[in-house]
Amino acid sequence: MFYLYELAQHVQEMPYSLALRESLWVYPIVETAHVLGLCLFVGTAWLWDLRLLGLTLRRVPVSQLSAQILPWTVVGFCVMALSGIGLVFSEPLRFYSNIFFRIKLALLACAGLNAFVFHRTIGQRRDEWDLDLVTPLRAKIAGALSLGIWAAVIVTGRLIAYNWFGVVRP
Amino acid sequence: MLLPFFQWCQDTAVGVTIRESVWIFPIVEAIHFLALALIGGAVLIVDLRMAGLALTHQPASLLERDARPWLVGSLVAMIVTGVLLFLSEAIKCYYSPPFWLKMLFLAMAILFTFTLRRRIAHNRSSRPWQMRAAAIISVLLWSGVGLMGRGIGFY
Repeated sequence: MFYLYELAQHVQEMPYSLALRESLWVYPIVETAHVLGLCLFVGTAWLWDLRLLGLTLRRVPVSQLSAQILPWTVVGFCVMALSGIGLVFSEPLRFYSNIFFRIKLALLACAGLNAFVFHRTIGQRRDEWDLDLVTPLRAKIAGALSLGIWAAVIVTGRLIAYNWFGVVRP
Repeated sequence: MLLPFFQWCQDTAVGVTIRESVWIFPIVEAIHFLALALIGGAVLIVDLRMAGLALTHQPASLLERDARPWLVGSLVAMIVTGVLLFLSEAIKCYYSPPFWLKMLFLAMAILFTFTLRRRIAHNRSSRPWQMRAAAIISVLLWSGVGLMGRGIGFY
């Protein structure tokens, strides 16, 4: 933790970080990209989750959704990751000391783990249930977890703007 | 002309309660963002199909019908939370150009989505260029709503 704090301090003092932090246009543009990218990323990811839960697009084979919607989700993820890194880069000390940011990072790891487990298990046997109106229980669980975790990521992400609990000590 | 009305909104019990609370505004705002993501998905899946960029094996009409309850549901959540946020800072909104532009974009986006775009999605004789044009207009209008919404925070 000590080294992370040092790193945050070091980045905070970098000229590019300062330039981004104080720029009149670039910072709002990066922040806006992070908000609008949400629609593309979580929006399409949730459609996929809702399909796994059998709540929408039930007549669309899962394989089609995976081949034609997932690339857009990936584009959305790249927008979110790049703009998110930009936001942290501009003010690393504020993010370092923000409790919601820490929770958000932990949730991101959970979302990644959930997706990994899904693709390694029931997702691999997709051919067996590709056209099913009622999806297997394990696919439903993965969909529900993803839906909930991403919702929590959005909420904690929004709350980073508020530093209710003061500075978390390094 | 509308200023007294905005003042009245700001003075409502709901507006005052939200303003005086530390956590109600952020929580309502977070729900506003959850609905934003859902609207994004429900709008984009139909637009991507109409633009010929995804799910081209499926008819646009089927996707529009499947996405509609989610669009309507998230839109209702968006408007309810939006009204709450507005009540807490109505006067700020009155003097904010992005707020007025956002309302304009919102009205146009809703009107377009539930009339023209819906008709084009369901009409079997719609030409590809009509589909594509509807998708582009839809994305532009909804992006306008989001952009201006972000703008309220800045101006």
